[in-house]
Amino acid sequence: MTDLYPIIRSQEFFKEFSEEDVHEVVGCATNIVLHQGQYVFREGEPANHFYLIRHGRVSLELFAPGRGPVIVETVEEGEPLGWSWLIPPYKWHFAARCDTLLRAIALDGECLRRKCEENPKLGYHLMRKMAEMMESRVQASILRMLDLYGNKH
Amino acid sequence: MATSIERAVGAADPMVPAPYVVERFIRETQDTFSLELEPFDPSAELRFLPGQFNMLYVFGVGEVPISISGDAAEPKKLVHTTREVGVVTRAMRGLKPGHTIGVRGPFGTSWPMEAAKGHDVVLVAGGIGLAPLRPALYWILRNRDDYGKVVLLYGTRSPEDILYSKELAKWRSQFDLEVYITVDRATSEWRGNVGVVTKLVGRAPFDPADTVAMVCGPEIMMRFAVEELARRGVPTSDIYVSMERNMKCGIGLCGHCQLRGEFVCKDGPVYRFDAIEPLFMEREL
Amino acid sequence: MAKTLKIGDRVVVDRERLNDLLSSIRAMGYEIHGPTVGDGAIILGRIDSDADLPIGWRDRQDAGTYRLERREDEAVFGYAVGPHSWKRLLFPPHRTLWQAEREGARFHLLPMREDTPRCALFGVRPCEMAAIRVQDRVLMGGPYRDPDYARRREACLIVVVDCHEPGGACFCASLGTGPTEAGEGWDLALTEVLQGHHRFVVRIGSVRGLEAVREVPWRDATPADLDAAAKQTERAVRRMGRKMDPVGAKEVLYDSASDPHWEEIAQRCLVCGNCTMVCPTCFCVNVRDATSLDGSRAERERVWDSCFSLEYSYIHGGSVRFSPYARYRHWMTHKLASWQDQFGSLGCVGCGRCIVWCPVGIDITEEMETFRANVGRKKEAAR
Repeated sequence: MTDLYPIIRSQEFFKEFSEEDVHEVVGCATNIVLHQGQYVFREGEPANHFYLIRHGRVSLELFAPGRGPVIVETVEEGEPLGWSWLIPPYKWHFAARCDTLLRAIALDGECLRRKCEENPKLGYHLMRKMAEMMESRVQASILRMLDLYGNKH
Repeated sequence: MATSIERAVGAADPMVPAPYVVERFIRETQDTFSLELEPFDPSAELRFLPGQFNMLYVFGVGEVPISISGDAAEPKKLVHTTREVGVVTRAMRGLKPGHTIGVRGPFGTSWPMEAAKGHDVVLVAGGIGLAPLRPALYWILRNRDDYGKVVLLYGTRSPEDILYSKELAKWRSQFDLEVYITVDRATSEWRGNVGVVTKLVGRAPFDPADTVAMVCGPEIMMRFAVEELARRGVPTSDIYVSMERNMKCGIGLCGHCQLRGEFVCKDGPVYRFDAIEPLFMEREL
Repeated sequence: MAKTLKIGDRVVVDRERLNDLLSSIRAMGYEIHGPTVGDGAIILGRIDSDADLPIGWRDRQDAGTYRLERREDEAVFGYAVGPHSWKRLLFPPHRTLWQAEREGARFHLLPMREDTPRCALFGVRPCEMAAIRVQDRVLMGGPYRDPDYARRREACLIVVVDCHEPGGACFCASLGTGPTEAGEGWDLALTEVLQGHHRFVVRIGSVRGLEAVREVPWRDATPADLDAAAKQTERAVRRMGRKMDPVGAKEVLYDSASDPHWEEIAQRCLVCGNCTMVCPTCFCVNVRDATSLDGSRAERERVWDSCFSLEYSYIHGGSVRFSPYARYRHWMTHKLASWQDQFGSLGCVGCGRCIVWCPVGIDITEEMETFRANVGRKKEAAR
């Protein structure tokens, strides 16, 4: 597994983590490659992983009957994907479909949770990075909810 | 007991419009359109700088400020793109080639085309905010060697609402210009980004320490875009925004466009962000 | 009258000769406008003889209060200021900007005849003269001029009359804009002297002023005349109802943008806009479009506007200054702070009209002091 260390170390998400913490995380990581059109996960499935996208783009979709899949957000290279692994009942709310060939690091959710319990300092760092991601996603959602470019009447 | 003058039409009174003819009506998207205008007087040409606006008058209906969205190098072809939002712009939608429209202008400050020379340029547009930035793009493409990397970050409502889509595709393929588009909502046929335009700021390739940013869109969008640019390391003194306020005269005399001490019509609409930063966050100023 | 008059001279014209002065001005081709009693107030109207002037009247003024009373003497200018200001004549409430005619899909503008009245503004108070100078800077001092205002200004003759009976809401002395005329731009400046023989000390400010006085019986002003005039001015300063400290007003108001006191004022303010209508410096205008019934003709009119209306700051979707507090804040901050950034002076001349004609008596001098005190406390606390 040691070959994943430099890859994870270079990820923006883990930039501020200590060497030991990154080594801990590496123990939960696998490298994945998916093809265009494949699903990283689908809504309702168990949320077992947290992903860091190294290459490619993923669409987060929600399927609305009669409307088909609606794209909620696109996530790109350098960005983290998924937080349902962190919060019970650990099920995906959205589907994630690859728009392109996708290379990503998949971090096992259960493994990460266990390490965070054992090492609260690592847990705090990870939680803070997750909160950052959530904050920007919420802020973006609010801006889109305002429908700034639409007609107000 | 009065001195009486016969005023020639349009003589030296900045409140009197010059008559122009609608040459073309271009439907852009479902709720936006462009008008191509030519002056009645063939010797007249309206020299403008990117970012400036005109007051456009529809007979008997009223007058509204609309930014110029055409090419400053072609002053004989005056182009405005607008969205149907009020009585006057709805009346404009009904104009056809051959109709007369009144034009006063150009008014206001312009994008920093000179100050940006030798630097990377990031244009951040939201919705119809792309229209006032298009003249800056024309300018850059005509003088491409004067600028470093040029990036357009454009956010709009849906794929159907993308303005100037053919032109953007052409520029993207023919010129050294990076175009990133994102939409607020899309179905799975859409192959591009979904999300807010501010998110593109973090992804785009430019050197934050050597960049001039020009931002135009709804005020809230500009606020968050400036925050993202600053977070990326662009000094607020290198960020320019275009403000919108009510305007009835365009020449600083009617008072309507005031933002504290600023007359947005003549001191703006384009501002260097650090100059108006304190005014930006104060409510209902 | 052996001596020849020159600009800067001070002469005395007896009260009995006031009509001669009016006639002389009229003979120069001016229509005279001045103070007259009407609608229970001293308003501006056409003056055909001294009998049209408010002889023997005074005004009692305070916050939200105005009433006329008989004086015990026959003073011609024994009042302060009324609801009208001279901008009615120099910057009329309505003005047609242009007219156009439609032919099929096209329209063209029609040539317009514009009449610029040659008006004599008779009885302009020093604070009002200061207001005219303020409007000169606004409407003629920038890159764009208001051509109609410029023509009217050029065509008018101004006769200032110093104040000897300041009102309860007046505060010109604290702003240096009165009660005696010390600035420029007038043709004649009169001080009415009631003590002894009823007379006017007349200062000559221009060639036109000189021409107006030349044909009137006058004599040189003696030291006693000048002394009596000066005493009257001193007395007026002492009896002035209010004061405002303009020093640091800009910084105070800019620092007060988020002061909750604005909300407190908004609890009282009716956002009626009276203050802007009576203010002699307010210059905001709107435009109105009208068409003939058959749609063949259109015209555009300029009308006075008020920053207290919701429509004033409307951009598509809503008004920028939606809350009443924001609209009062804009007005007051403009008058005392941002005006300085825009035009290099206060937008307030201390005439007190906004205090008097406010239906709920909001007092700009008092509010200014509250903000000043609040900012002071905030600074104290930060120490």
